[in-house]
Amino acid sequence: MAAAALAGLAPARAQGAPVKVGELNSYSRMAAFSVPYRHGMQLAADTINRAGGVMGGRPLEFVFRDDGSTPGDAVRVAEELLTREGCAFIAGTFLSNVGLAVADLANQRKKLFLATEPLTDAITMAQGNRYTFRIRPSTYMQTRMLVEAARGKTQKRWAIVAPNYEYGQSAAANFKKLIGSAIPGAEIVAEQYPALGRVDAGATVGALAQARPDAIFNVLFGPDLTAFVREGNTRGLFERRLVLSLLTGEPEYMIPLGDECPDGWIVTGYPWEQVEWPAHKAFVEAYRARVNDTPRLGSLLGYVTVQIVANLLNKAGTLETEKLVDTLAGLTTDTVSGSVTMRALDHQGTLGAWVGETVLRGRTGTMRNWRYADGANYMFPEAEVRAVRPGA
Amino acid sequence: MEPSFLLVQSLSGLASASSLFVIASGLTLVFGVTRIVNFAHGSFYMLGAYVAVTIVPWLLEFDRSPWLFFLGVLASAAVVGLLGVAMEILLLRRIYRVPELFQLLATFGVVLIVQDAVLWIWGPVDIPGPRAPGLRHGVYIFDQRFPAYELFLIVVGPVVLGLLWLLMHRTRFGVLIRAATRDREMVGALGVNQALLFTGTLFLGAFLAGLGGALQIPRVSASAHMDLSIITEVFVVTVVGGMGSITGAFLAAVLIGQLQAFGVLIFPKITLVLVFLLMAAVLVVKPWGLLGRPEPAAGRAALPEGILHPRHFGRLEMALGAAALAALIALPVFADAYMLKVATEVLVFALAAFSLNFLVGNGGIVSFGHAAYFGLGAYAAGLLVTRIGLPMEPALLAAPMAGGLFAALFGFFVVRLSGIYLAMLTLAFAQIAYAVCFQWVEVTGGDNGVVGVWPSAWAASRQAYYYLVAVLSVAGILALRHVIYAPFGATLRACRDSEARADAVGVNVRKHRWLGFSLAGSAAGLSGGLYAFSKGSIDPTLLSIPMSVDFLAMILLGGIQTVMGPVLGAAAFHSIKDLFMPLTDHWRFFLGASIIALVLLFPRGLGGAFAMLRSRAGQRRLAAVTAA
Repeated sequence: MAAAALAGLAPARAQGAPVKVGELNSYSRMAAFSVPYRHGMQLAADTINRAGGVMGGRPLEFVFRDDGSTPGDAVRVAEELLTREGCAFIAGTFLSNVGLAVADLANQRKKLFLATEPLTDAITMAQGNRYTFRIRPSTYMQTRMLVEAARGKTQKRWAIVAPNYEYGQSAAANFKKLIGSAIPGAEIVAEQYPALGRVDAGATVGALAQARPDAIFNVLFGPDLTAFVREGNTRGLFERRLVLSLLTGEPEYMIPLGDECPDGWIVTGYPWEQVEWPAHKAFVEAYRARVNDTPRLGSLLGYVTVQIVANLLNKAGTLETEKLVDTLAGLTTDTVSGSVTMRALDHQGTLGAWVGETVLRGRTGTMRNWRYADGANYMFPEAEVRAVRPGA
Repeated sequence: MEPSFLLVQSLSGLASASSLFVIASGLTLVFGVTRIVNFAHGSFYMLGAYVAVTIVPWLLEFDRSPWLFFLGVLASAAVVGLLGVAMEILLLRRIYRVPELFQLLATFGVVLIVQDAVLWIWGPVDIPGPRAPGLRHGVYIFDQRFPAYELFLIVVGPVVLGLLWLLMHRTRFGVLIRAATRDREMVGALGVNQALLFTGTLFLGAFLAGLGGALQIPRVSASAHMDLSIITEVFVVTVVGGMGSITGAFLAAVLIGQLQAFGVLIFPKITLVLVFLLMAAVLVVKPWGLLGRPEPAAGRAALPEGILHPRHFGRLEMALGAAALAALIALPVFADAYMLKVATEVLVFALAAFSLNFLVGNGGIVSFGHAAYFGLGAYAAGLLVTRIGLPMEPALLAAPMAGGLFAALFGFFVVRLSGIYLAMLTLAFAQIAYAVCFQWVEVTGGDNGVVGVWPSAWAASRQAYYYLVAVLSVAGILALRHVIYAPFGATLRACRDSEARADAVGVNVRKHRWLGFSLAGSAAGLSGGLYAFSKGSIDPTLLSIPMSVDFLAMILLGGIQTVMGPVLGAAAFHSIKDLFMPLTDHWRFFLGASIIALVLLFPRGLGGAFAMLRSRAGQRRLAAVTAA
């Protein structure tokens, strides 16, 4: 794996000097997400290079680096990519604090940064800058998708459980702000913020049940989610209660849940095996043939990112940063996940997410009754962006 | 609140307490006998869970019986116990003769290796374990449903406590463990086979950690982050209970479990910091934990683990120092932009590491929370620049002041303690500071931190900032070095070597240690401020435990018995990390392996190795002179 990352991606047909793009991510600490993500990128880059590369025949080459999962390490790695490796621009990062630090470095060094995975609203809002773009739907957008799905329900008493860090806090804050518009008279009766990765599931479930909510908004994920679901299942926390849950439908979190997957939670996620778009089906086939594993959301995001990068390079026709930034603002790309536009106002991509209900099929969970929520319909209102984003 | 809810919530707390105790009892046993602060204990816990999610489902294929489930759990614990034996024989046994702290560095290397080994063997996806057959259901307690498996866990804790009591009081092995916990040297002097005793203890300790992990699989999935999430909590339990005291660990676990279960009802965000608040409170009131005893060596004149005789620079050192200084000045001429960046960071860390060794090597004050002062310095500088709009220069002045002030505040309590308790109190304060930076979102930006901390225009280029860092960092190091050679430094060494004698000659021990602590804190603060401006951002990872551990690793690699060793250590540690990070995802494995290799090759650190070479060369010269 490391050798492949080092060697980059050998071009088959593309000729000329390669266009180098730096990609830093938590390949070591968050491997469950980022390794499929890198597979998706490599697949896309190979496909593009076989078809003749970018900018009139130059091969597209990604230089992959671990970001160390801390802002300090990530900023050093980003500098390495920009100086020693001579990358035209950088992409990636996983954690929000890492993404924000690299975004600010990009602003300082006047280089383009394509944040792919960090979900924090701040990266395009209060701390947005000219040189930073974000592809994934933000915390706000995903929360809004879920709240829309709850429109028309009658549950008034809500409990919130979220990991105690920025992602959890801002998801909870967005939820509090939005739920009233979907369900008039909704109130929050309990909130629990266990430390990330250290949920005391028994105590948390007990505290939530004690408030006798009608519905629960969950932001826990990963090992915390598994512990919470098991404890809640045994104690009957989810019985006769509506549950909205962020990201739970993504294969990254569905697979570890196994047969504990709850039934009928409304979630955002990625039911990859059910998406019938032709381009997407071709992506899934090519991915499975190459990687010998099922795609994750990370795989899709990696593929989409490379498609956007290739489109950007072809349209801009230069590696000059200011030109790249101007081209990317407002650029629309046809991707395997539909059409994605990088909104010029706040540099947020319109990539969407799938919203549906969880269901157990066989030994793993998946989604049913889902629909694709196009990110374009869930962006921050323009007035709000203008109020917070510097220079917007 | 209804009584039935209170009862069930309290049972939840007991179930968590029970699991915590099983793991903590192993750590406290190992520490009691071997005096090793075993960072790898969390790794054994994680391995227990991973081995169990591999073995137990396989066993349940034959028959879904509870007996096979528990057989699998015990087998997993035994496998982990054997891994503990392997660590003792292959690694720890080779370094028992060197200062105890080096074993901490070795176990830290093991932590890094196990993290990547687990990813390599089991893959990055969390693995859920099977539920325990026969205990899948919930039991009604009044109107509340409670998991049967947790009722079982509640019983496990006291059973393990009972079995350990029997082992300790009814077997020869147990008696020897107790004796070694009280006085290791005496046990050795009486002819007890220490190697066998240590191996046995490591087996038992790792077995208990593995058991704790294996018992968790019906509740949590096995994941590669389990080790670090448990290890601090387990340390807290053992320290609050009193290191080496099994009953104390049990009491502490129950206390923490209950506080957690009811704390979240009142403060939903309390889990982040609760255990550290408790530890700080307990240690301030009871310096040896709830049931601990004063350390056996406390009243004895022991060979100190630190700088014995600070050597003045000889001709060779002068030449080397001058060469290093010349290289520093000339570096921007031949280095590329990135190398300059790395060199800047090495200089920053060198100052931080030097200030830590000023405490550890010179003062005998082992701090596990030095990153607090580094981070608080960074925050002071960063917040002044971004929130108040001050330029870099006054902000850089504020960094050492903030580091020093907080070191004075925390140090006031810290210097009253000694040994491992002192170390854990510094850790507790560091975690409390971390939690404040993490939680006080309006001011500190929470875990996202604050961006836009960039140097003034004149220092913005990489070269200019490099020179700025070089000047301040070298000045800081030389100033601290001067203090080590000054009477104040000698007084700190006297306090370290014998508190009673220092006191007898009229030294105010506490006051001197307090001043030393504050001075080191302010140097760390300056280094933190410099770091913030080199990164452009501040965030809580700057005060986190991994950062403190990195600093410890740097001084240990460099050698805590030498004055200049930490500078070497900082350079070596950062260079090794920077060498492997771009090469492979598994850089933690290689970092860990390098650390272990260096520990085995240079058991007194790089500086110690240099000093040894030097004295050998000196002896040879002396021999040559006498022969002539």
